[in-house]
Amino acid sequence: MRRIGIDVGGTNTDAVLIEDGKVIRAVKAPTSEDVTAGILDSLKSLGSTGVLEGKRIDGVMIGTTHFINAVVQRRHLTKVGALRLGMPASASLPPFCDWPEDLAALVCGGVWMVEGGHEYDGRPFMPLDEAAVTKAAHEMKAAGLKSVGISSIFSPLDPSHEKRAVELVAAVIPDVAITCSSDLGRIGLLERENAGLLNAALADLSRDTIAAFEKAIRDSGLDAPLFITQNDGTVAEAAQARRLPVYSFASGATNSMRGAAYLSGLADAMVIDVGGTTADVGQLKNGFPREANSVVKIGGVRTLFRMPDLLSIGLGGGSHVSLDPLKVGPVSVGYRLLKDGIAFGGKQLTTTDVAVAAGILDLGDRSKVAYLDEATCQKVFGEAARLAEEAIDRMKTEAADVPLIAVGGGAFLIPEKLPGVSQVIHVEHGDCANAVGAAIAQVAGECDQIFKDLTRRDAISAASDIANDRAVAAGADRATLQTIESEDMPLAYLPGNSVRVRVRVVGDVKATA
Amino acid sequence: MSVREITADDIESLAVGAWILGTGGGGSPYLPLLNMRRLYREGYRVQLMDAADLDDDDLVGTVANMGAPLVGQERLTDSLTLARAVEVMEKHLGHRFAALMSMEIGGANGVRPFMAAAHLGRPVIDSDTMGRAYPEAQMTSVSVGGLTPYPLTAVDVRGLESVVHKVPTWKWAERVMRKICVEYGSVAATCQPPRTGAEVKKWGIHGTTTKAIAIGAAVREAQRTHADPIAAILSVEPGKLLYRGKVVDVARRTTEGFLRGVVRFDGLDDWRGEKLEINFQNEWIVALREREAVAMTPDLICVLNSDTGEAVGSETIRYGQRVTVIALPSPPVFLSEDGLKHVGPRAFGYDLDFRSVFSS
Repeated sequence: MRRIGIDVGGTNTDAVLIEDGKVIRAVKAPTSEDVTAGILDSLKSLGSTGVLEGKRIDGVMIGTTHFINAVVQRRHLTKVGALRLGMPASASLPPFCDWPEDLAALVCGGVWMVEGGHEYDGRPFMPLDEAAVTKAAHEMKAAGLKSVGISSIFSPLDPSHEKRAVELVAAVIPDVAITCSSDLGRIGLLERENAGLLNAALADLSRDTIAAFEKAIRDSGLDAPLFITQNDGTVAEAAQARRLPVYSFASGATNSMRGAAYLSGLADAMVIDVGGTTADVGQLKNGFPREANSVVKIGGVRTLFRMPDLLSIGLGGGSHVSLDPLKVGPVSVGYRLLKDGIAFGGKQLTTTDVAVAAGILDLGDRSKVAYLDEATCQKVFGEAARLAEEAIDRMKTEAADVPLIAVGGGAFLIPEKLPGVSQVIHVEHGDCANAVGAAIAQVAGECDQIFKDLTRRDAISAASDIANDRAVAAGADRATLQTIESEDMPLAYLPGNSVRVRVRVVGDVKATA
Repeated sequence: MSVREITADDIESLAVGAWILGTGGGGSPYLPLLNMRRLYREGYRVQLMDAADLDDDDLVGTVANMGAPLVGQERLTDSLTLARAVEVMEKHLGHRFAALMSMEIGGANGVRPFMAAAHLGRPVIDSDTMGRAYPEAQMTSVSVGGLTPYPLTAVDVRGLESVVHKVPTWKWAERVMRKICVEYGSVAATCQPPRTGAEVKKWGIHGTTTKAIAIGAAVREAQRTHADPIAAILSVEPGKLLYRGKVVDVARRTTEGFLRGVVRFDGLDDWRGEKLEINFQNEWIVALREREAVAMTPDLICVLNSDTGEAVGSETIRYGQRVTVIALPSPPVFLSEDGLKHVGPRAFGYDLDFRSVFSS
């Protein structure tokens, strides 16, 4: 089993080769303006070490902030037609109604609302107005729209109206990209619809980016399938990832947490990933990040879909330090660390400078920061520790002391002892935990649908079969599949003993023969 | 005549203040706020009027939404449906309402009368019947006053319209309306029993919309100027700072359609080392320190985000949150023996004699 994990961060692109569970080689390169060039560079630099010589690679797993950055920076977004099935309800709050104006102006290609949707108990709210859907599709076609987001009331419980609308729209606009809200979201129409519309807005960028990633792999001389890492710590093969780019939004932080779990051997712990500008704090449960169960704002848009529960604070290796009064962060020199820091001949005192002065880091010119005495250094580290402690305490879900894994390039800011923490663990290769997390990611398959006239056990079994097949189709090795979530809910008011079953399985990426 | 136009900025403050007066329940006013922003953008305006300016024989319509918050998040309350509930009542009565009023100022229902009023062109009375949020329809000042519990209307956005012509008690009103609401899909726009101007003047809890706006404005101003939002609230309300701490445990269970449970806190700042727990039934009901009740219904217990001053709801409160607990005085109507029977600690199953935070 041999995989390459690559994490494209805001500052650095990390790449690791993992072979039979061990980190063979890790390389770090600055992230380039052209993301794919950076990937090609890191693959080449891994190759130049000779570790890839004559070996088959089972997969290249890439974690990227490319898609979330596009939303935050309002770049490379596609115009989207929003189709909502739920009239006459919800008419006063149409799609895009709570988006920031600048983003809505870029993304909104028109809004269509027609009758349809379901009740909380599975009854249809209104019959789907198929003629109105087809009419909307013709208007979207006339407007030149190539990407459509479809949402329907209570579609997480019954997606049938959304699925039917997909068929009707695709019949009118053959090369259309369609996102269904039920593919992404949870209860909460606006937030689920928003996630779907963001996803639809990334249709072109997603297609082009994934194609460029595949080309970078080919150009590096490798013959290996591409996988994209997801918010939940799994990977999706390229075709599936291309369809649902929002599922990669938080994959960087997730990869760090998964990598931290892997490198430390701990499945339940707190993780702090300290980068250049921010530190992300999260909690591992059974080796996976705890999921956020609340609204997450992305680029100013309220969304609710599968995202890890993270707290970001302005603490990192590039954080500005002022001594009187003592203040650390939240402003950071970011990627200019090796230019603007005092130890590197710059003018801004940073946490890295303080670590150089204290002899913790061997970087730059120590004599330039010799004016910082031991007591001053300790005061700065004390303040950094206080910020970290508060963030960790906020994210813990139990009062007892728990272990903490500190990873990332700025992990030197986390002391060996912290209140509320039983043990602070620094791991080897912790500065590229994100790339390790990408390399070890598993493939998931999920089934979430309504079964009729089956016993509860048969329904769960049928759902498991579907989830397993989907995982295998997504590139998993069938022999390694295991169920990680299973829930079933009887639905009253539906004819014939209906039950909604959700099953989620994960397995290892299938090795190439 | 004391009638004034509510501004778009007032509505923003009202949403923040109503959520605080929700005392943990009442549902987030976010979706009603989105509705109001749209209506104001489209040129609609709403007037706020003092109850004192009503004629005794004027009729006032009381507006509220009923149902499961979960359903509201999918079906997204429509302002026209709320207006329709009022129109159905007017048709049933054969009378035109002079004004509308809120049933509960706390939470989303504190904003909803404005949605109906925008379409109907009537003023909203600066009064409500709870002064906060409570989980049941008989927990109102008009129920304490023994006023008629009928008729009621319930409207669904698809054009389903029901009139409950007569029920013997407020409890029956709650039971029958709940059944209708469930059949509609667990959400209904309702118009509560009509009140005369004389009844509103005698039994309404007055000035509560103005109060919610003032609280919200204080919090928003403090956020803008990076001042202490809790101090800002206490500068506009005769409240009492009870506690500052962090959430260390949340236990929830859903029984009989209510969210019940307890939240435990560890003290911070002046309260370091002191523990507090608050029991809730949708709303915060009793706060205990070392098993001794330190605040209880009908005093308002407000749990606020220490950083922003905004309300923290019982549905979403979670471990690690930094909160400040304050108490606000109960409307006098609930402090009588009869008032306490409706909303005192015993009405929620606590064997406690009511003692106000503000009595000492």
